[in-house]
Amino acid sequence: MSSLISMAYLFAAVLFIQSLSGLSAHETAKRGNIYGMAGMAIAIIATIFSDSVVAYGWLFFAVIIGAAIGLVLAKRVEMTEMPQLVAMLHSFVGLAAVLIGWAGYIDPRMHLTGAEFVIHSTELYLGVFIGAITLSGSIVAFGKLHGIISGAPMLLPMRHWLNLGIIVLTLLLGFGFVSGEHAGADTFYLVVMTLIALFLGVHLVAAIGGADMPVVVSMLNSYSGWAASATGFMLGNDLLIITGALVGSSGAVLSYLMCKGMNRSFISVIMGGFGTDTGEVLHGGDEDHPDPIATSAEEVADDLAMADSVIITPGYGMAVAHAQMAVSELTENLRKKGKTVRFGIHPVAGRLPGHMNVLLAEASVPYDVVLEMDEINDDFPETDIVLVIGANDTVNPDAVEKPDCAIGGMPVLEVWKAKRVIVSKRSMASGYAGVANPLFIKENTRMLFGDAKDSVQEILKHIDD
Amino acid sequence: MIVIPKEIDPLEARVAATPTSVKKLIDLGFDVAVQSGAGEASSFSDSDYQKSGAVIKPDAASLYKGGDLILKVLAPTGKEIKQIKSGTKLISFIWPAQNESLLKALAKKKITALAMDSVPRITRAQSMDVLSSMSNIAGYRAVMEAAHSFGRFFTGQITAAGKMPPAKVLVIGAGVAGLAAVGTAKSLGAIVRAFDTRPVVKEQVESMGGEFIQVEFEEDGSGTGGYAKEMSKEFIDAEMALFREQAKDVDIVITTALIPGKPAPKLWLEDMVQLMKDGSVVVDLAAEQGGNCELTVPGEMVVKEGVTIVGYTNMPSRAPAQASSLYGTNLVHLAKLLCPEKNGEVNIDFDDVIIRTMTVTKDDEITWPPPPVEMPAPPPAKPAEATVVQEEPKDNSKLITGMWIIAGIALYALGQAAPMAFVGHFTVFVLAVIVGFHVIWNVSHALHTPLMSVTNAISGIVVIGALLQISGSGSGVITFLAFIGVLVSTINIAGGFFVTQRMLNMFRK
Repeated sequence: MSSLISMAYLFAAVLFIQSLSGLSAHETAKRGNIYGMAGMAIAIIATIFSDSVVAYGWLFFAVIIGAAIGLVLAKRVEMTEMPQLVAMLHSFVGLAAVLIGWAGYIDPRMHLTGAEFVIHSTELYLGVFIGAITLSGSIVAFGKLHGIISGAPMLLPMRHWLNLGIIVLTLLLGFGFVSGEHAGADTFYLVVMTLIALFLGVHLVAAIGGADMPVVVSMLNSYSGWAASATGFMLGNDLLIITGALVGSSGAVLSYLMCKGMNRSFISVIMGGFGTDTGEVLHGGDEDHPDPIATSAEEVADDLAMADSVIITPGYGMAVAHAQMAVSELTENLRKKGKTVRFGIHPVAGRLPGHMNVLLAEASVPYDVVLEMDEINDDFPETDIVLVIGANDTVNPDAVEKPDCAIGGMPVLEVWKAKRVIVSKRSMASGYAGVANPLFIKENTRMLFGDAKDSVQEILKHIDD
Repeated sequence: MIVIPKEIDPLEARVAATPTSVKKLIDLGFDVAVQSGAGEASSFSDSDYQKSGAVIKPDAASLYKGGDLILKVLAPTGKEIKQIKSGTKLISFIWPAQNESLLKALAKKKITALAMDSVPRITRAQSMDVLSSMSNIAGYRAVMEAAHSFGRFFTGQITAAGKMPPAKVLVIGAGVAGLAAVGTAKSLGAIVRAFDTRPVVKEQVESMGGEFIQVEFEEDGSGTGGYAKEMSKEFIDAEMALFREQAKDVDIVITTALIPGKPAPKLWLEDMVQLMKDGSVVVDLAAEQGGNCELTVPGEMVVKEGVTIVGYTNMPSRAPAQASSLYGTNLVHLAKLLCPEKNGEVNIDFDDVIIRTMTVTKDDEITWPPPPVEMPAPPPAKPAEATVVQEEPKDNSKLITGMWIIAGIALYALGQAAPMAFVGHFTVFVLAVIVGFHVIWNVSHALHTPLMSVTNAISGIVVIGALLQISGSGSGVITFLAFIGVLVSTINIAGGFFVTQRMLNMFRK
């Protein structure tokens, strides 16, 4: 029977790997997701019918409620709120890992001695630690993404020393815990460690600013995987180990890609403190900073009517304004007139890796006109009009021209090379990085002030006049 | 109240506002009155203006009576100044350097005048730079006049009736007008060459499709404010030799060379005209300043030595509708600057360098010439081409070797201490991490969000831990903890997979 379960687990693990590799292309992505579901079903069914599960009442009750809540959440969530949902789901994995760790600690059935006992305790301790960080960190990330908590970084004095202190304390408690006999003082160690790990999670994420959230969310994704892996070690379950490792490395790769997109090191993102709510605003008027030239929706409609090739570069502002449907309508309108309309997506646009792609897909923009930055950057000089919708730092020419500024060296969409750039934006305020954007005052740039959705709808109204 | 009179010069077909620009002026809080027939020569009817919200006045006298701000094209004549009431503000071409008596007459009548020809050449003022916008039209129109007088095609063709060679066009002076001429002639299919004393414009000429020709002589003719300066004698000799050589070859010459405050330099001499083939055309855009060609008769088209020489001085006015709409837009930009509050009140703010430079009379005072404007120095060399710091690929082979050694030692230490069961799990773990990295690298960027939600769902696999704990322990606490564990991880599994499916269904080609 035990071998049979192991084989079922192996099958599930293979399906999970296939699931992730299926996501490498649009054509195979759906199949990938189905592989994932199948793997999960096999794993759960095999476990339920194994010898070690004997009581089913509570189990089915929990599964049915959980599945119902999950389905409702997934059905109701708006695509603009995907980052929040993902962060929330991460916190659940963290919570589960903590609970399982605690239950494992209390469980009287474990009778291990010597090195095995030490290793088991270490795994348990580690699982709870990572789980707790994931739990509280994800809750803070959720709050920031949902706007409940300010997106600005919260910077406690001596915060790096505080973090270091927590880690040292965790290690010290860990030595005490591992060498103990799971009694008396050990419970105290575990409780204290759980609490400070929760605090550490809050503190780590709170120090990171709003637009670094893609990194944070993928980092938490990674942590949730390592937490599952640690739980797997504790329970001696290979499936958990494998799955956790897959998820952990997936999150790590995504974090790496996001950091590369911003030309910042992972460490500097994690250390936090980058980005502010109030950045430098370009004041026009003098020779170096001429006034930005404002335009109207009507003029933009005229410009678009004359253009042959258009590139739209959306940013987080599009998500905030829920402008994706209007943008899609505009795209369709222009494409029907025989114009080339494409999208250029910066790797860190939005608050989640690939966030813009999902929003555009939701608005039925065909995915083959949605291109990555590297695919489209060379085409800007031959483009008549670039429409920048709610993007700022990702189209800042200073990143290329001033290597010393805060975003110097970050790869950006080189929109200013196009013949005409139209920036739809609420105000002249600087972006997340707090760096003024000289794009707005370039002579080929026109500013279309106002809410992105209203602006695009206004353009649509005029375009068929 | 802004008033738009009809220009009285019979050769002037432009008007200072179009129905479109009138609407924008009204948006700035102004009232607008237009003299009946003002836009006629530019094909704008009175009713078009009315539709845009302007009031139509029958004649100049009644128009000027109600006006606080006059928008005009040409400077007012003595007769017009008489009609304008004292204290009015005026925006038009003035050419203050050449028209001292006009300035006096305006000041006497306490008319505050802003000269559109005196917009400083700084970046911020570009949207009001009427000289540029008019030069653009002049350049286009020059090619049209040339094509009109030239008895052949511009573009080369091979037909059943024989081969037609493309026309060869030489543009002298690659300023705004010159570049416009290069672009227009090129788009008609001609072979276009351009000459300029400033080597920096080479790139601009080439971007318009022209060939930049230069003399074998080292001298940079860049002056301030985007104009050229006068060149040394040796340079001019070399230049003339080059022109003589070109004269034998080209069919059309368009000259646009101006030096500020001086008569136009004579560049296309009589003997060059003689060298040209019969039927060739010279269009002299500098005719108003005396002309670049020795044989130019300002304001007229003449045929000398078999070559048509066009010396019209009102090129922009020969494309009146276009010229009026550009001029009108330039004026709207200026009005925005003059009326920052958008309340219809004009504020002559002498702290603003653009307004200060343009204002030639204020009330009864002549305020010309203005204090010099700090012109942005032309960059000495090429502006450091986007300094992308190319990092040398670091030689980190030592680091890598070091890491492998550390990994080896760690594995050895682990092997010494750890029990067999752990080693088995650890093997699985390491291999799974490696597989994970390889699989994820291939995921396309567009699918990163679905990837996150699917990994989220499968990290719900911790449910298995909770499932194993929920029964059989006999402890209520464990059952409770495991119950919550199963609950939250099931939310994760169901929510994660379902939302992924929902997203993937949205992606379509």
